[in-house]
Amino acid sequence: MPHIEITDASVRIGRVPILSDLTLALRSGDVAWLRGPNGAGKSTLLRMMAGLMRPTDGQVSMFGAAPGPAARKRVGLVAHHPALYEDLTLDENLQLVAELAGVPKTRVDEALEAVGLSGARSRRAGEASEGMRRRADLARLLLVDHDVLLLDEAHSGLDREAGGLVEALVERCIRRQGACVIVSHATDITFASCTIELNEGRLK
Amino acid sequence: MTFRKQAMIILRRDLRIEGRSGEAMFITVPFGLVALFLIPLALPLNTELLSTIGPGMFWVVTLLFGMFITFRQSAAESSAQKEQLRMLGVDPAARFTGRAAASAMLLLVFELIVAPAMIVLFAPAAVPGWLAVTPLAILAAAGLAVIGTLAADLTASLRTRSALAPLLVAPLSVPLLVPAAQGLESIRTKNGILIPALFMVAVVLAVAVIGVVTAQPLEETT
Repeated sequence: MPHIEITDASVRIGRVPILSDLTLALRSGDVAWLRGPNGAGKSTLLRMMAGLMRPTDGQVSMFGAAPGPAARKRVGLVAHHPALYEDLTLDENLQLVAELAGVPKTRVDEALEAVGLSGARSRRAGEASEGMRRRADLARLLLVDHDVLLLDEAHSGLDREAGGLVEALVERCIRRQGACVIVSHATDITFASCTIELNEGRLK
Repeated sequence: MTFRKQAMIILRRDLRIEGRSGEAMFITVPFGLVALFLIPLALPLNTELLSTIGPGMFWVVTLLFGMFITFRQSAAESSAQKEQLRMLGVDPAARFTGRAAASAMLLLVFELIVAPAMIVLFAPAAVPGWLAVTPLAILAAAGLAVIGTLAADLTASLRTRSALAPLLVAPLSVPLLVPAAQGLESIRTKNGILIPALFMVAVVLAVAVIGVVTAQPLEETT
């Protein structure tokens, strides 16, 4: 059974077609590199895979069932913009996620250490650099053991040293029989096992 | 995780953010006090008139603060943050409850600071049983908070949300603030506040139920 399965799905916003007749499946062990020009519908596809958006036509199933809160909890999503509260410190942002996910707060220390933010934990997210904010957003994914990771431009803003964080996250997920989708404008994602190419909302 | 625990976490988050930014307290409270101070200057020096309009002015200023809280709620939480909460499986009704509770606490603090100013400026001698204001103030804070949170949710998917949400609060608050004003008038005339208070309880409960029931469908449409 695929982790996520999309069948003949289309999304329209008003009369504008964003995605058209997509059929694809994400199975255990898949690392899919989602490519396409700006406006191709990559972020919309990720949101649909995350169960945050229903298709206008067609179907989406997550872990063999209709998208719902239980299935969404098994998916880790890094959106295009980090989901941090600017008035909270990086540490408090992660503590909030840990509390809501029901994981021990000690994992926050480990996650901050893993992304190299231990020394900046007391910095407010609004005062942190773009790279630090992106690292903190990735650290969020280390708090919970997800079965699927959906990473939208997760490399954006990261320096060369931190670029390996994304690969490490993907490896960790795959070791747990998970699957990943990575949206990236990079010229190559060496660790991807397959490529999904979108153009004007259609699979190429 | 239980509904209550999720709501408590959201409540703490909102209060912590307000504690850091101080936008509501350190900006709106001084303006509320200035507004109350300026109104008597624009009126003839007539203590009877001032004591009559004072309670009404208090509710108007509280309503303005409620609108500001709503504005913050509708503008402060980004779509990425809302989506993060959905991905974590936070019950939309718990999110509504936590946000409304945080707003109610901020409104209560506001009332606590502004009410003594109202008594001093408008009716120092004419509010004999002013402690009876307490239940009315709590109900008004709770009511404005649930109305504001509902307005923020109703407009969340609209591009004009940050302007529309606070403006929606004013008409929706009429059934709450009319009995609140009547309650203060009853205290002034030494009548009971039971009927206005019961009316306010009914309004608070009705809006809270609507907010909790519609939280999930509203979240899914955004």
